[in-house]
Parts: sequence; C-alpha cells; structure tokens
Amino acid sequence: MTDKDATQGIVAEVIAAHSGQDGPLLPMLHDIQSALGHVPEIAVPMLADALRTTTAEIYGVLTFYHDFKRAPQGRHVLRLCRAESCQAMGAAANNDAIMQALNLGWHDTTPDGALTLEPVYCLGLCACSPSAMLDERPMGRVRPETIAAAVAGLR
Amino acid sequence: MTIYVPADAAARALGSDEVAAAVAREAEARGISLRLVRNGTRGMIWLEPLVEIEPEGGIRTAFGPLTAADVPALFDAPESHPKALGRVEDMDWFKSQTRLTFARVGLIDPLDLDAYRAHGGLAGLATARAMEPAAVVQQVTDSGLRGRGGAGFPTGIKWNTVLKAQAAQKYIVCNADEGDSGTFADRMLMEGDPFCLIEGMAIAGHAVGADRGYVYIRSEYPDAIRIMRAAMDLARRAGILGPVFDMEVRVGAGAYVCGEETSLLNSLEGKRGVVRAKPPLPALEGLFGKPTVVNNVISLASVPVILAEGAAFYRDFGIGRSRGTMPLQLAGNIARPGLYECAFGLTLDRIVNEIGGGSATGRPVKAVQVGGPLGAYFPPALFDTPFGYEEFGAKDGLIGHAGIVVFDDSADMLGMARFAMEFCAVESCGKCTPCRIGATRGVETLDRIAAGDPAGLPLLTDLCETMRLGSLCALGGFTPYPVMSAVAHFPDEFVRSREAAE
Repeated sequence: MTDKDATQGIVAEVIAAHSGQDGPLLPMLHDIQSALGHVPEIAVPMLADALRTTTAEIYGVLTFYHDFKRAPQGRHVLRLCRAESCQAMGAAANNDAIMQALNLGWHDTTPDGALTLEPVYCLGLCACSPSAMLDERPMGRVRPETIAAAVAGLR
Repeated sequence: MTIYVPADAAARALGSDEVAAAVAREAEARGISLRLVRNGTRGMIWLEPLVEIEPEGGIRTAFGPLTAADVPALFDAPESHPKALGRVEDMDWFKSQTRLTFARVGLIDPLDLDAYRAHGGLAGLATARAMEPAAVVQQVTDSGLRGRGGAGFPTGIKWNTVLKAQAAQKYIVCNADEGDSGTFADRMLMEGDPFCLIEGMAIAGHAVGADRGYVYIRSEYPDAIRIMRAAMDLARRAGILGPVFDMEVRVGAGAYVCGEETSLLNSLEGKRGVVRAKPPLPALEGLFGKPTVVNNVISLASVPVILAEGAAFYRDFGIGRSRGTMPLQLAGNIARPGLYECAFGLTLDRIVNEIGGGSATGRPVKAVQVGGPLGAYFPPALFDTPFGYEEFGAKDGLIGHAGIVVFDDSADMLGMARFAMEFCAVESCGKCTPCRIGATRGVETLDRIAAGDPAGLPLLTDLCETMRLGSLCALGGFTPYPVMSAVAHFPDEFVRSREAAE
C-alpha cells in the first residue's frame, strides 16, 4: 500500500465515522488533521464528494479557519498569547525574546521539524498572564526561561 | 482524608499537576490513604495552586499558592504550614461574593454527579420539568436575566420567540466560543461545574420545545472540551440526557468571529464562519434554518438557580435593568486576578482597587479595558461608573462578558488602539466592507498618526464612524470602542509631533 492509499484510507474512515452527523465538515476536518497532522490536498475532493458539494466550498472552509493547516506542522506546537491581558503583563517584549531565543518567527517551524510557533489571541488564562500553550499543556506567567526549559526536551 | 488539587486550566498553568503528583507520591510514601479530588478553581488565581485538605469529619482548609516542594510539610504539620489560608469561605475575598452561578465551582469534583446533586444540582431541572414550558419561559423573563455573552438581550424574550415559533425541530445552541481577552468565566464554569451548563440547556430545551443541543467550544480550550464530553456521557447514563433532550460538543477552529451568533451557526453547519444578515433572527431561522436559542455559557448556567430559587430571588440582586449576578473576570496587570461573582452595581474603582488590589506591578493604574478586545478603555476618571449594562453604555463603554483588563502607566494607548484595528483585520470574516477594509485602513491611519501626520486623526474618527454604522456584526461595529475611547481619554498620545517622530 502506498502512502497515498494509506492517507486516502484514513480520510475515508473519518468521513464514514461522521456520516450520521448533521453539519459534519468541521468535525471531519478536525479528525483528519488530528490523524495526519494537517489536511492533505487529497482529502478535498473526497470531502466534496461525500458531502455532495464542490471542492471550492471545501477549500473555502479549510482556508477560513486559522486552525486548519494544509501542510505539515512541527511535531509540537507552541502557542504564545498576543491578546490584551497578556500585553498588559509585558507579552510583547516577552514574545520577542522567546522568538529570538528559538530563532523562530510566527508560524515558523524549526528545521528539524520538532516545533512550530503560533500566535494565539487568548487562551482564557488571563488571570495568569502572560500565557502560552505547549501542545495541550497550559502555561501561566511565562518568561523566556520557562519556555526555554519547556521546549528543551522536545527534539 | 480528602485533598483537593484544582485541575482548572489556569491552576494547571501554574503547576497544579505537579502539586497533585507530589501529593499522591507523599501519601503513598507515608502509607496514608486519601481521596485526591481534582476540583475546579475557587477563582483566586493569584493563590493557585490552592490546595484544600479535608480530614475525615473535619474542616476543609486551604493552602496556597503551593509548589511541589511545599507538599511534604502539608503532611508533617498542616496547622503551622507557612502557606495556610484557613477556610476558603472565611477569606475576605471569597466571603464578599454572591456566588449563584459559580456556587459549586471549585467546591466539588466536576464529574461527580452525586456531589452535584448534593449541592443543589438538578433541582432547577426538576422544577422546570414539572411546569408548562410557557411558565418556565415566564420565570426566566421575570428574573431579568440578560445575555451574559455581551449583547445583554433579555433571555426570556429570546426564549419566548423560539417557544412560539412553529416547527418540527428546534435547537438549543450554547455559545462557548469565549474569545475575548480577559474573559475566562465560560471556561471555568465548563471545567469546574459542567453539569450546571447541561442542566441549563436541558431546562432551555424543555422551555422552548427543543430536543437537541450543541455546545460550540473554542479549540483553545482542550480541557473544557474533554470535561464537557465526559459530563455529557455521565448525564446520558444517569438518564438526565436522552430522548427528551440530548446534546453534543462541537469544536471551533480558531476563528474569533465565530463567537458572533450567526457566524457560529454557519460554522456549526460546516460552512465558513461568516456573519448572516438579520433578519431572519436565529430564534426563527437559526441552525439548519430551524428556530434556535443561541445563548452564552453563563446565561444558560444561570438558569438552574433561577428555576430552583425562583425568579424573584435572582431579580432582587443588581441595579436598574442589570439584574442578578455577574462573574467579574479580573485580569491583566492586577494584583489579585481571578473570578469574582457579585451582584451588578459595584463601581469600577471598587472592582479594580479594592477587590483586585490595584496593579500587579505596583505602578499607577492607567486604563482598564472592560468587555474584551471590542470594549472601551476607561481611565481612572471614569472609575466611579457602576457595573451595569446601561451605566457603562452611558459612558460610551460596554460590559461585554465582564472581562476587566487592567493596564499600568507603561501602557501605550496608541499601540493598543492600533492592536484593536490589527486584531479586527486578522479576524474579520470579510463579509462586509467597513470591517474587512476599514480595519486595515485603520492600522495604516494609526501609523500615520504615530508618524506625526495631523490629518490622521480626523480620518480615523471618520473611519470609526463608518465601521460603527456600516458593519453587520459587533466585530467591525465595536472595534471603534477601544480605538475611539483611547483617543477620547488619552488624546495626548494621538498628537505626536513630527519632530518627536523623526
């Protein structure tokens, strides 16, 4: 079985799993991304076919939402909050220092594919600003040192 | 012995998982058998991780903020522990609240249905199901409850429209797309007392004749998603959810505009989260074109206590047309950040300086943004404003979801105004021109003002007026609030001389 067949198989399984749901496109896209790390090109016509719509409609949805990625991301994702509460606690300078230390800009991935950096506008951790999330681990009152320690073991 | 170590995301962000692990390790090493409960948070985030110990038949006492290193001493001599706080209920900050919606949050194991029942849970649903639907709607109307998500629309009127709509299928949609910076009440409620939201939605379903509900939770809240799903499974097994009313969680995908109710409905249907023009109202043509109640988490979670205690009980709290209680979310640069539930009517000064303890940095407070990224910046001169929908409106502000973000004197207000425009540009759904293009032009105009262009300010004012009047939803329509309030209250920062810029 080729990689392409395997990918198609996974997409087909996800589609089948949600076939009984109303308005299933977002749950399908989430599940495809969680299984494959992104939503591959090959999934688009399959989704259009299953939902009896056009590929243009599927692309429209896929590109509208910040969460959905069309190319693989790093194995881990670090999200740094940029919203007002975190700014009030020095997030702008903090984030700059973290980006410099990691040598990453927003949406960049390290050359070894270990870590992607994403901006986020509020994690609901505003009472311990500035905040971050490493994969699904919430982090409060972050400083460049705490982030450095958290990502040190990821590679 | 029972030990409570919060698993709320904010407590976890401050190391509560490590503390819980240390508690379990220490107990095992000492051969002590204990029940370790991962509760929600009591809301005093500056004291998290806040651990509570309840000896068999004894008094539940608190310790915090703890690190794993503080744990052994907890077992040695809790009475003399340097971080002992006494009973939570006796602490001034906690005692001065009126906890109706958040009564159980932090107190119980969020997924313990028996504990939920023992602390008053399901009483509202039992009362409601023994009543005619119209009578339930009347109770909610009489309580004076208004939409806690920010719009402040009377909940009872919305429910009544759905109740009277003729349709074979109706829906309850819970808006849990809490994207405003400085707000976390929805998250805390879902993580700390998920059955309360389930109960509120089941009551809504009975009241309007809907048998199906959706909770649309933002993807930034993985803990809330997991806990809500687990609670729904438990509620289904206990027969609370089932054929009469059932519900599911749907996960957003990182689009702020999906907090707008019509965008949210499009997103639930699997479409781009663009705004719909109103009318038709979602109450008449909502999800999949059917009559739909769309309410915020806190609106729905306020309903069980209203049914259990009666409309008058709830209505007696508050001021003017702002009835009941509001969970204030204290955030940003504030000494005592957290969630403080109280009746409407406290002045902003009391909230920021007495309850919040002033700035975290100890520097003078310069501005407070109330109501999220689309809320106005209030200077200390407006701190005598009482917390209420109309009272804030009268000062060109809004209370929104009651997020209160404090800034000290180092804040750059032109920078904050620029950020508001930039945020609107990033998050605009693109459907209407004033928001889509206006926000980008707003960033450029603020840059011109920063560079010393005297023509910039009148242009910005005109642009904000166009966005306010011409946008379909609150994203474009309310972005002028932070921008123009910054201009109005901090005018010096928007008149930068060309010399200074060069």
